[in-house]
Amino acid sequence: MAFLTIDHVSKHFPISNGTGPRSGADKNFCVLKSVNLNISKGEFITTIGHSGCGKSTLLNIIAGLDKGSQGGVILEGKEVDEPGLDRMVVFQSFALMPWLSAFNNVRLAVKAANTSWDDKRVHEHTQKYMDMMGLKGAEEKKPAFLSGGMRQRVGLARAFAVEPKVLLLDEPFAQIDALTRGVIQEELMRMWSATNSTVFMVTHDVDEAILLSNRIALMTNSPEARIAECLEVNIPRPRSRETIIDMPEYTRLRNHVLRFLMTQASHEKTEQ
Amino acid sequence: MRGFLRNGSAQSWLITLFLLAFLLLVWHLATLQPSFDAAGLTEEQLMGLEFKGDIVRTDTGSFIYNPEKARGIPGPGTVVKKTIEELSEAFHKKGTNDHGIGYLVGYTVIRFAAGFLSASLVAMLIGVLIGLSPMLYRALNPFIQVLKPISPLAWMPLLLYSVQDPTWTAILVVFMASLWPTIANTAFGVSTIRKDYLQVASLLQLTWAHRLVTVILPAAAPAIVAGLRISFGSALVAVVPAEMLLGELGVGYLTWIEWNNLDISGVMFAILVVGVVGMVLDYGFNRLARLVSYAE
Repeated sequence: MAFLTIDHVSKHFPISNGTGPRSGADKNFCVLKSVNLNISKGEFITTIGHSGCGKSTLLNIIAGLDKGSQGGVILEGKEVDEPGLDRMVVFQSFALMPWLSAFNNVRLAVKAANTSWDDKRVHEHTQKYMDMMGLKGAEEKKPAFLSGGMRQRVGLARAFAVEPKVLLLDEPFAQIDALTRGVIQEELMRMWSATNSTVFMVTHDVDEAILLSNRIALMTNSPEARIAECLEVNIPRPRSRETIIDMPEYTRLRNHVLRFLMTQASHEKTEQ
Repeated sequence: MRGFLRNGSAQSWLITLFLLAFLLLVWHLATLQPSFDAAGLTEEQLMGLEFKGDIVRTDTGSFIYNPEKARGIPGPGTVVKKTIEELSEAFHKKGTNDHGIGYLVGYTVIRFAAGFLSASLVAMLIGVLIGLSPMLYRALNPFIQVLKPISPLAWMPLLLYSVQDPTWTAILVVFMASLWPTIANTAFGVSTIRKDYLQVASLLQLTWAHRLVTVILPAAAPAIVAGLRISFGSALVAVVPAEMLLGELGVGYLTWIEWNNLDISGVMFAILVVGVVGMVLDYGFNRLARLVSYAE
């Protein structure tokens, strides 16, 4: 029994065909078609695919923020279809409350996850995760006064501080400049191994997927997106960006994933 | 000094002062009264004017216009004199309907606060509900659209008839005046909260009350305060005529009673007081708006 099972998850949107709401027959647009994935405890798994392929929809279904049309998500033997503190999301848009300081953004989550704790304990726990994410000195700053990289550090600290069973990362580094991205990716790996978390990430960045993951799920384009294959990333940890790029395994995986994405793109072109 | 000049605050102050002096001068010149000229009038005519009280005899035996009787628009000097006089007895009660300006401002502010605050609470509640639920929004929108354009003063006869009490009627008129902009702005602010803030709230399993206090209200606060401010202006506009019509002691009542006394400088003083009260309260709103605003 896998830790987290995505069991035949499909998602349809009703779309109307034509200009007016009543003109033409209503059709269903099928984003995801029968997606299956088994994730073990402590695994770092990445789903990669083109923008708009439905991978964020899949992540939102796991988070409980969106509902699948068919199938279900099973976490530790229990079906989950509502949002919960056992699954925390790190958003591409950071989703920090702009009226709260960095510290209070994390504190809000810690307090919500641990309602029985007193203020001192909440404060210490918050500070611990702020320090782990390298946010010392930025505690009192409002998100608007932090760089994109620092904002996502707060987003990661908030998600890790809740100590969820599964962390869901929705293209977390897409809005961060390339240099900062590398630094935070390494911090994320450090946090992941320090906390033994299970991570499900979606991205369209091939290097990011190989650097971070144990396994990469390749997703076809929507409509009817599904997981075409899963690749094991057999690169020993700890990994660093400088060293892995020279490994033959890295090149092999990179070429494989890129070829898959290119076929998907040309596939789409011929369909149109 | 250079920085002071560059940000232009010295210039704007100078322009303000210059304009003030210019307007006072124009006012003064436009309202200059000619001194009484007795030439060409018979003794009988003069006695007639004196009997009517238009002119008075001075110690030297010549006639001047009666300073007690209003003639034309009073000049700035007269209004300043009236202002000093009123302010010096701001907290005197000379009779049942003759209270000092301090009391009158107090009555108006209390009446205003009661109507405005209760309306704001109700409006924010309705605004949050319809902002969160498009279904409720559509259901309530026809009522809002019909009720919103009605002048708050148009409610007065009906309110006076139904509550049978001018004090409550005045408060309810202020209430009706302050309701709509806050409802509209709160609903807008709440319905345009970024989706990911609400997603964070549901991931964190916040209770409804907690979600309201920690996410929805702070996120919508700038829009809500903007709505309160518009409501505030429209309520301030409504409270003056409400007091006039209902005869409730207050600043609005003062303008009317001074008009009944034909004391035009008193009317001008009352207008000035309404302006100053509005300015002070609006300053408070400015501070509040700065407190709740945030940068995305």
